[in-house]
Amino acid sequence: MAESFASLKESFVFNFIEGARWKYITNGLLVTLKVTFFALLLGIVIGVVVAMIRSSYDKTKDEMQPGPGKWAMTVLNAVARLYLTVIRGTPVVVQLLIGYFVIFVSSTNTVFVASMVFGINSGAYITEIIRGGIMSIDPGQFEAGRSIGFNYIQTMRFIIIPQAFKNVLPSLANEFIALLKETAVCGYIGLMDLTKGGDVIRGRTFSAFMPLIAVALIYLILVIFFSWLVGKLERRLRSSER
Amino acid sequence: MSADIIISVRDLQKHFNAGAVHALNGVSVDIEKSEVLVVIGPSGSGKSTFLRCLNLLERPTGGSVVFEGVDITAPRTNINLYRRRMGMVFQHFNLFPHMTVLRNLTLGPTELLKKPQAEAEGKAMQLLERVGLADRAGAYPSQLSGGQKQRIAIVRALCMEPDVMLFDEPTSALDPEMVGEVLDVMKELAKMGMTMVVVTHEMGFAREVADRVLFMDEGVIVEQGTPEEIFDRPRSERLQSFLAKVL
Repeated sequence: MAESFASLKESFVFNFIEGARWKYITNGLLVTLKVTFFALLLGIVIGVVVAMIRSSYDKTKDEMQPGPGKWAMTVLNAVARLYLTVIRGTPVVVQLLIGYFVIFVSSTNTVFVASMVFGINSGAYITEIIRGGIMSIDPGQFEAGRSIGFNYIQTMRFIIIPQAFKNVLPSLANEFIALLKETAVCGYIGLMDLTKGGDVIRGRTFSAFMPLIAVALIYLILVIFFSWLVGKLERRLRSSER
Repeated sequence: MSADIIISVRDLQKHFNAGAVHALNGVSVDIEKSEVLVVIGPSGSGKSTFLRCLNLLERPTGGSVVFEGVDITAPRTNINLYRRRMGMVFQHFNLFPHMTVLRNLTLGPTELLKKPQAEAEGKAMQLLERVGLADRAGAYPSQLSGGQKQRIAIVRALCMEPDVMLFDEPTSALDPEMVGEVLDVMKELAKMGMTMVVVTHEMGFAREVADRVLFMDEGVIVEQGTPEEIFDRPRSERLQSFLAKVL
């Protein structure tokens, strides 16, 4: 027992302390968090916009009067649907490779490219979350806003979105947790994230157990921590409804 | 057109489901300034649809609504400008649950009428005082009773300083003991000379406050007249049988 503990300790020192290799882990963690954070921000912006396009089209297509407005909405809605279908129908790794080698080919900032790709990817899922949130709001809220004299966008902005957002906060937080883990494929475009950092150590030390288990543990701790935060948030939201 | 007519409805039609359901079948009525017009009728008679067509929450499939000389059913009309001048009170209150009472009241005036916050709040507090709810300004709608919510909803509409108030069964979702407090506010409003269109099942209110009563059934106005004419001397058989059931 003591023997195996000693060898564990030796392996730990060898993998992380020597040559300051722990820096691969900490720097990688920082990159992972950065990409996740920016991707989530972008995802929420895309999600809100696309969800508004989709739900307003569904809600008003029968009553819209013919003209450029209706034409523009029809085109926007078609683009939104295409976006949702393509993004949700292809693997994120493939999207990442396409983003790096095809679309943002002139960019050397891999954190930027990864944030964009994961943001665009996440936006599709967040769209569906927010659309569900918008549809869950009582239509009477919408009518009340319109009856005061707010136009469609103002009603969305002041009345519907704030309520929908509150309803979907827990789902959004879960999307954040899923996103955190998904970014582990960043290594495909040579980004030194947490996973890649652990893998680099493995390559240097030729010992797989210690660095990879460490990486897994860090993800696990992060996820447990954020899940706990989400739970707290949910309880807070529920209590403020009383 | 007479100068004191504020809303003129001509041959209003509303069909649902591509013509399968005819909710309104040619309704024409002139609403005068300061008039209290009460609309009664069995459920499904089209009275709520009629009311909701006045501010185009429901888009009529035919006919016109002329508000102060402007045909608001015309395609190029910016309906939002006219809705500001027509306050609406709903059966289910529809207060904004994520805002305090005061914010519910000032949202429209500050964002649409561009009133300074302080002025909007002053006006809101003054009106809250009138309905006896000034102490609930900081509360959230979920903390209020049904009667309080509906009084707030009336004040919310009044804060926009409308020319007309539309009431869509304002007491139907209330516990019986709260109906009175809401009707009292509406009576006071009528006394102040507000033009009101009220869809209701409160026959007592109709008799006491209405200048004119419309009886609707199957999407048409079957009979109209003063409360005395409608309630004491109903002419049509449909109105007679309706009154026999509700009175």
